[in-house]
Amino acid sequence: MSSLGDTPKIVIRELHKAFGENRVLRGIDLDLPAGKSLAVIGGSGTGKSVLIKSIIGLLEPNSGSIRVDGDETVGMSPDRRERITRKFGMLFQGAALFDSLPVWENVAFGLTQARNMVRSDARDAALDAMNIVGLDDDIADRAPAELSGGMQKRVGLARAIATRPEILFFDEPTTGLDPIMGSVIDNLILKSVHELGATALTITHDMASARRIADNVALIHQGRIVWHGPVGDIDHSGNDMVDQFINGRSIGPIQLQGAT
Amino acid sequence: MGFLASIGRGTISIFATIGYITAFAAISLSHCVRPPFYPRLILHQIIEIGYYSLPVVGLTAIFTGAVLALQSFSGFGFAGEATIANVVVWGITRELGPVLAGLMVAGRIGAAMAAEIGTMRVTEQIDALTTLSTNPYKYLIAPRLIAAIATLPLLVLIADVIGVLGGFLVSIYDFGFNPTTYLKSTWDSIDAPGFISGLVKAAVFGFVVALMGTYHGYHSKGGAQGVGQATTNAVVSASILLLLFNFIITAMFFAT
Ligand SMILES: Nc1ncnc2c1ncn2[C@@H]1O[C@H](COP(=O)(O)OP(=O)(O)OP(=O)(O)O)[C@@H](O)[C@H]1O
Ligand SMILES: [Mg+2]
Repeated sequence: MSSLGDTPKIVIRELHKAFGENRVLRGIDLDLPAGKSLAVIGGSGTGKSVLIKSIIGLLEPNSGSIRVDGDETVGMSPDRRERITRKFGMLFQGAALFDSLPVWENVAFGLTQARNMVRSDARDAALDAMNIVGLDDDIADRAPAELSGGMQKRVGLARAIATRPEILFFDEPTTGLDPIMGSVIDNLILKSVHELGATALTITHDMASARRIADNVALIHQGRIVWHGPVGDIDHSGNDMVDQFINGRSIGPIQLQGAT
Repeated sequence: MGFLASIGRGTISIFATIGYITAFAAISLSHCVRPPFYPRLILHQIIEIGYYSLPVVGLTAIFTGAVLALQSFSGFGFAGEATIANVVVWGITRELGPVLAGLMVAGRIGAAMAAEIGTMRVTEQIDALTTLSTNPYKYLIAPRLIAAIATLPLLVLIADVIGVLGGFLVSIYDFGFNPTTYLKSTWDSIDAPGFISGLVKAAVFGFVVALMGTYHGYHSKGGAQGVGQATTNAVVSASILLLLFNFIITAMFFAT
């Protein structure tokens, strides 16, 4: 179709999602340009994870539109949805590893189950993906429960990239990692976008990481995107909320629940 | 008014739950008969459900058969080989074999399924399955349903044999019956409808136990406490439904 780079991979319009009385998303408008990395920042509990889960189809929005490569996915039939899901790779906030399977089978899961790769090939592919995120081969046969939280996160990351998806979602990829491993992961996200041509959406609280990985930054507050722009603009955005967030001040337009 | 309203709400929620469970069962069964199948997972579940339940089911069966023989001997007073063998065979193959094996499996397997799937739900492992293009109904629910439906009849068959053996041991060593006569009476007492109804019950009970275990696990929420709640609900609802279906199947086979 049209040239890569300016065609949005995902277009979100007027997206609403509520849980009973709790209106979490109240009209999200957001574009994900193809082959670009977007960082979504925002306070805890503002619906960042809910936004990702709505895009990948784990939660059904109440209203609004999400188009992936031009296909409307809100209300799509499960069969057609499966075709879209194959474009996605996702790192969950809590890693969400399958604790009944050893590490390498976790990483290879998308290859063995949905793509019918033979087990020996899948194991090699899994080891490759593990090496990319800095995991040694000797943990391949261990159970996820035996790993530290940071290692589990990296296994989750390896699982997300193992199928070489077109669109990657990372829910707080560097939380719980030491700063060195954090920058390794940041580099990996950059590499996925620049070398594999993937489109990435990363949720993060870590502004240093956001500056490293993002082409664009979006700030979510009270269920809406209140600011959206190139990463170079965040220091002079002219938006009080962005200023407050990147400087970590407790006084300002953003009032978090529990903060006075 | 408040009283009537709460009865109304209660009734509505019961029918809603029946509706949800029926829908869940329909979706799950449709995935049981459509590829891809997961033979490795089915085999794993068969071993889990069948092989590891053998000790508890065997123990329950042998004592129940023995107690049936004791009770009927003291109850009938004049009873000989034919009567005792008959009571034991009918009692075990028609009712106690399937019902006791079903209840034991409900406690072991229903609880384990609810806990395992419930934990996968609250730790987002089920969501992760979906993002890896794997249908959780196919991968988690269908193998358990298939394995339980296939395994319970086998388990009940074994329980039948061990239960009858329990009655045999008591009759030979306690009452001093003639083993050959007792075995012949046992063989003569076996009736096709009773025996088959027991195996049909077993398959239905397997379905009920696996359905309740997977349903409550799949819909659990709210962390460890929610998983605990799901486990309890799975065992209780499986046990009650099992006894209800036991009545219905008995009525279908034998009521005229
Ligand atoms: N499955 C659910 N059922 C009910 N409420 C939910 C569900 N998932 C999320 N919520 C609610 O939606 C709101 C936003 O949750 P979400 O997990 O998206 O926050 P977040 O922005 O990712 O926060 P954090 O940075 O702490 O991860 C919260 O109030 C939460 O209670
Ligand atoms: Mg979150």
